[in-house]
Amino acid sequence: MLFRVTQESCKQTMKKITIQTSVNSRTHTLEAAPNQTLLDLLRDTLGLTGTKRGCEIGECGACTVLLDGVAVNSCLVLAPQIDGRQITTVEGLANGENLSPLQKAFLDHEAVHCGFCTPGTLLSAKDLLDHNPSPTEHEIRVAISGNLCRCTGYVQIVEAIDEAAQKMRESNE
Amino acid sequence: MPSQYNIVGTKQRRVDAWGKVTGRAKFAEDYNVAHQLTGRVLRAAYPHARILRIDTSKAERLPGVAAVLTAKDVPGSKVFGIVTQNQYVLAEDVTRYLGDGVALVAAVSRKVADEALTLIKVDYEPLPIVSDPEEAMKPDAPKIHGESNIFVHHKVRKGDINSGFAQADFVIERRFKTQFVEHAYIEPEAVLAEPGEQGGVRITGSIQNLFSSRRSVAAALTIDLNKVQLIQSTLGGSFGGKDEVMTSMCCRAGLLALVTGKPVKMVNTREESMLESYKRHPYALYYRWGAKNDGTIVAMEIRIIADGGAYASMSPFVTWRSVVQATGPYHCENVKTDVYAVYTNNNYTGAMRGFGSPQVNFAIESMMDELAEHVGKDPLEIRVQNCFTRGSVTATGQKLDHTVSLKQVLNEAAAVADFQKKWKAYRSASPAPKKRGIGLACSYRGVSLGAEGTDAAGVIVSVQTDGSVILSSGVTDMGQGAQAQMSHIAAEVLGITMDRIQFLNTNTSRVPDSGPTVASRGTIMGGSAAKKGAEIVRASLLDAGAEMTGVPAGDLSIKNDYLIKSTTGERLASFAELAAECFKQGRPLIGLGWHKSPKTSWDKEGGQGTAYFTFVYGTNIAEVEVDTETGKTDVIDFVSAHEVGQTISRGGVEGQIFGGVAMGVGYGLLEDFEIEDGTPKQLNFDEYLIPTSMDVPPIRTVLVENADPAGPFGAKSIGEPANEIAAPAIVSAIFNATGKRLTEIPASLERVLLGHALNRGGPRGSLQKELPEDTVCKIRPVRNETL
Repeated sequence: MLFRVTQESCKQTMKKITIQTSVNSRTHTLEAAPNQTLLDLLRDTLGLTGTKRGCEIGECGACTVLLDGVAVNSCLVLAPQIDGRQITTVEGLANGENLSPLQKAFLDHEAVHCGFCTPGTLLSAKDLLDHNPSPTEHEIRVAISGNLCRCTGYVQIVEAIDEAAQKMRESNE
Repeated sequence: MPSQYNIVGTKQRRVDAWGKVTGRAKFAEDYNVAHQLTGRVLRAAYPHARILRIDTSKAERLPGVAAVLTAKDVPGSKVFGIVTQNQYVLAEDVTRYLGDGVALVAAVSRKVADEALTLIKVDYEPLPIVSDPEEAMKPDAPKIHGESNIFVHHKVRKGDINSGFAQADFVIERRFKTQFVEHAYIEPEAVLAEPGEQGGVRITGSIQNLFSSRRSVAAALTIDLNKVQLIQSTLGGSFGGKDEVMTSMCCRAGLLALVTGKPVKMVNTREESMLESYKRHPYALYYRWGAKNDGTIVAMEIRIIADGGAYASMSPFVTWRSVVQATGPYHCENVKTDVYAVYTNNNYTGAMRGFGSPQVNFAIESMMDELAEHVGKDPLEIRVQNCFTRGSVTATGQKLDHTVSLKQVLNEAAAVADFQKKWKAYRSASPAPKKRGIGLACSYRGVSLGAEGTDAAGVIVSVQTDGSVILSSGVTDMGQGAQAQMSHIAAEVLGITMDRIQFLNTNTSRVPDSGPTVASRGTIMGGSAAKKGAEIVRASLLDAGAEMTGVPAGDLSIKNDYLIKSTTGERLASFAELAAECFKQGRPLIGLGWHKSPKTSWDKEGGQGTAYFTFVYGTNIAEVEVDTETGKTDVIDFVSAHEVGQTISRGGVEGQIFGGVAMGVGYGLLEDFEIEDGTPKQLNFDEYLIPTSMDVPPIRTVLVENADPAGPFGAKSIGEPANEIAAPAIVSAIFNATGKRLTEIPASLERVLLGHALNRGGPRGSLQKELPEDTVCKIRPVRNETL
């Protein structure tokens, strides 16, 4: 009853599918089982462990990544679905050692406590700001409502996203 | 007023945050090594059953399986426990709750390990289940351990309640009930256990209290403590929750690693985590107060039954805090309190943020509101009238000889929230579909462990020859910011900026046993040790500076990263130059700061003593909007006032308050880990609901600073105080809005609308697999429409 059917526990052997994808602007040609999740592909095949496993049913949002610029729960996306598409994970946010405005704002506002929800929340926020440079507080709260955080009460996260939006608008002017 | 401090009380970037925004921070599941095996646990099929036979032969023959183990394979102590050792590493002959482990498998992959679990055959004889703690107290109830299910009885006795009630003009008598609460740390439990090079094991994982877990691993595996190395990975939340459940995982993974000679990784799914992990205790609370018509309380008789679940765990300590604080911060000459903890076949219950206070605070503050109502006062007036002040004597006979800030936090919070005006206006508002209300709750809380036991901690401060600094401590960071607090304090003492500091995660082989990181003791205990450690290094640096410059050490200081002449402020050397010079002179650049708490005492029979060496005080005010047609309650505004002694990290304190209130909103309105006949009903976040960003109100903080000599720079604590009075404030606000007083939480739609909870009865949500397919319709919000 407790052991969810995952790629590993599935007894059927399925033929692997070859996919081409871009992860954090690097192209990869990969083999994936038809039932492998994007979360497992990122963590196990590519070693990108910044994407977190929290519930595996799309409720907690810790595994959020961008798929063609849109925030998705990577535990609910099958690896073959990313063929020909672009993925951004938390490891792709900074430019070398230069943090993105969102990352900096999260540091400045102490929006990071335990940090387990942080990668997913950053990517939900990036999706928001990429599509809506001047969100209201309500829009920010809606955008991260799929990212459960048990530590912060969300206050400092909302402040950080608001400030990042401001900074990004200023630098675009 | 300009602060006398450079770093203390300011807002600084957290020392642990960079790795967490870049994805570099390594949480337990992120650790992998070559040739590691996957460890899996076969859990109990019945909440209460005798194990007749376990046949592992088929599982052992499955290709890829390295080991299949049962209780008989545990070489040393088969049980562990902080107070009472009765929790089994693997169930030996009886299962006592559904989370019990019955057998272990290590295999080359998760797939093989899971298949092996299905091949283990266990014959059980089901035993009668007891799931209600009050039923479990009866003599004829099924017994979980030994002769009686009652395993704790704490008392407090003060004055004489009979004469107290005789003086009373009226008596208020109520029964309150609280629920099981899941910690819901977003990171599920995980460890990687590796055989040690010289024997023993090295275990890296999401462990809150490494030293107590280490003791249990050493005893179970019969290894000396120096060969059991526990290393804390970056912890994805704990809230008191990653203690015994991690001890059990460490023992199991360590055993598999030793038997197979290979590294073994174990990771719980969310469902396994919720099934196995311990919860916050549900309490049944019987409160009987006698009072005068002027609002004076003359007698309190309190009886509390805590559901301890299958094992003792922390129940003896959790319920002890309850018995000490059960009367609240209010004067009363005649008190009789009895708190019991009882075994059942439910999930065992243990430490969770608040530690026995959220339950009693709900009852106390509800009683206070009823008292106010009866004598025609408002909730603020009645509390100000009855609350402790400096010199007051508590129910346990302790004289409060520190600054008692209770009236101050009450009045400041009420002023910020405009409490009294709103309370009167909402009370007399005319009927409407949506009604507003405002409610208030306050508390006092003993700081740190108190008379529970030895209370001491150590921090190592190590300055490098380039002026960078490494700190390490036995006090752990679970996300609450303990590392940041200790870093603020060390930076203040050393006269440096925070960016010089790197904090290492706890490693039991490299730092002294500092007790558990519980009871909001991170800042007051870890911080005091950090201060002492930094002072040792500072003295050494100043001696080096004196030898280098010829200026006497007493006339030197370090400020803003420079060695300066105190009198003139003249900069004599950079901190890096000073550190290099100190090394060159052969003087120590390292200091071990050790701090032991002031004395406490407890007389068990009389229930009297100096329970805690100091206390903190807080007030929460919640404003709600209740939909009177559906019962749905939204918290629309919140004021949280706390006396913290001295703020160390402004963002840290505020963050703890915001998070504590959010968790309190969950406790008051949403969260209920339902267990029916020993079977948990919610095992993932689709059904166990914790607050999202849409549920948490705007929160205003009020920080009251009355420096306490017991803490570093006067600082006390905030982690648990922040969480313990939100729920009663919300329930009080619901009364103000609707005139309905709830005596059970959470204040679900049904309770607010109908006055009682509804039981679905049948299977629910994700457990509905057995229903015909066409009757199951699961709809979740979908964001990835493009797929």
